[in-house]
Formats: sequence, C-alpha cells, structure tokens
Amino acid sequence: MNPVSEALVAVLIVVGALFVLLGAIGLARLPDFLTRLHGPTKATTLGVGTILLASAIFFSQTAETGLSLHELAILFFLFITAPISAHLLAKAALHRRPPAGEIHPAAGPELAPESSTQDAKTRGKDTGGADTVGPPAPGRCSGGAGAEL
Amino acid sequence: MIARLLPYPLLALTIFLVWATITNAESAGLLLLGALLAVMLPLITRPFWPEAPRLARPGLALRFLGVFSADIVLANLRVARQVIGPLHRLSPALVEVPLDLRDPFVATLLASVVSLTPGTVAIDVDQQRWTLLVHALDSPDRAALIAEIKTRYEAPLKEIFGC
Repeated sequence: MNPVSEALVAVLIVVGALFVLLGAIGLARLPDFLTRLHGPTKATTLGVGTILLASAIFFSQTAETGLSLHELAILFFLFITAPISAHLLAKAALHRRPPAGEIHPAAGPELAPESSTQDAKTRGKDTGGADTVGPPAPGRCSGGAGAEL
Repeated sequence: MIARLLPYPLLALTIFLVWATITNAESAGLLLLGALLAVMLPLITRPFWPEAPRLARPGLALRFLGVFSADIVLANLRVARQVIGPLHRLSPALVEVPLDLRDPFVATLLASVVSLTPGTVAIDVDQQRWTLLVHALDSPDRAALIAEIKTRYEAPLKEIFGC
C-alpha cells in the first residue's frame, strides 16, 4: 500500500469515527425523542459512509482478489433501510406520545407535547392554509401507512 | 420483446449491481449468473410489484445524486455544529410540506431523501391529502424549509420520473 492511499484511509476512518461520535453525542444531549432521532440518522449516512469507503480502499489495495466492492453493497442497504427505521420510530413516537418528562425526566421543556400541539396549530398558516389542521392524531398518521413500500 | 423480458429495467439493474458488489465481481461466470438473476427475478416476482414510474431523465437523476451527496456532507457539518453547540438555540419544528407529486413510489423516495439529509426526518406521508410531515432539528423559518424541500428535492424527483 502506498503512502498516499494509507493517509487517505487514515483520514477517512478518523473523519468517519468523528461523525459517529457526534451522532452519539447528539443522541445523548438532545432533549426529546424526535430531536434525538436526528443523531443516529447522521451517524449512518456520513460516518459509516466514510468508514466503509476507507475499508473499500484498504482492501482494494491489499487483498489479492483485486477490487473490494462489498462496502458499496453495505452502503446501499444502509441508505435504503436507515430512513425506513427512522420513519417507523418517529411514527411510533407520534402514536404514543408520552406525558412530558416521562422518557427523560432531566430534559428541558424544549419540545414537550404541549409545544408540539402548538406547532400543529400554527402549521396551517405555514403551509399556506391546509384544509384540516390539528394535532397529528393517531388516525391521521395511519392514513399514509402505504408509503413504506 | 425487450419490454416483455425486462418489465422492470431499474429493478434488474439494481439486482445486477448488488450481485456484482456482493460477489466482488470476481469472475465473468459470476457476472453472467448475476445477469441471469437480474432477468429472472423480476419476471418471477412480477405480480408482487406495484407499477413503478419509469426513469424519464437518467441524466438528471445522476445530477440529483450529486447534489444529494453534497447536501449530505454539508448538512452533516451543520448538524454536527448544532449538536455540540448550545441546545437552547435550536428550534425544532414539525412541518407539513404540501406535495405536488402524486406517486407513492416517488413520495417514498422523497421521504427517504429528506430523512437521509441530516436535520430533517420524514415522519409521515399522507396519501389522502398528499402532504409530507417532516420533523426538523433546527428550523426557525418554516416557510423556507418547505420551499427548500420542494425546490431542491421534490421538483427534480418529479422531473426525473416524469410525473
């Protein structure tokens, strides 16, 4: 392996690890379920992406079998499954809104259920006047259930 | 003839590429087997597939992929800064984006794109009213977020699939 690709692999691994770490910090620091969901989705896209890229470069250079393409398949499956799991988690959270503070008592009031319903009330204005506006009731959420293929 | 043999060219291409990457494209024989699978699998599973729209503009699709990749990197950096910065400055929001597209497959694709770009997670696609419920980590200006999703992702996707 030449020094250039060695350095490239090292940089990619460090950058990837950094983003996975940031995703974990986000998961730990953010105040409530829906904002916490953003942490792990980040880690998979860029963090794992760069680590896989480093792996592909490393094994393409060292293995005798030539190019290493497995990583692309991993990336592909990660990219098509990560949004679905995030989507289902978020949907489950909307269906089952816990009272404020139940999940994480130490969290601030940033996005307690009250403020979310307030969001929903103002939402009609933002979207340019939707016909029916209200807090996301369970029935409405299941209305679009056909979207996950 | 070709349309009969390859009812879903994109699906066939995907199967072939996944096969090639999984087997590391080691020999011509393996690639041939992959091509055979790519033709056979869609034919056998044909009754299970919903009618997916055709890729109307492949060139635009490639460009969209480029924009999307760049967005992932940029948005990751932005969210990284937000996550380690002061949290009280964040203004999380649930935003309902009215959709112009009317195709379940393209709507799913749009929702996935929105979820993969950091800072936004698609929560729900309402197929009665055709809206996309999005949760944003930091969105002080909701109208801007809606406009961004619509012009940056929805419009190109609509054009790519010609719907």
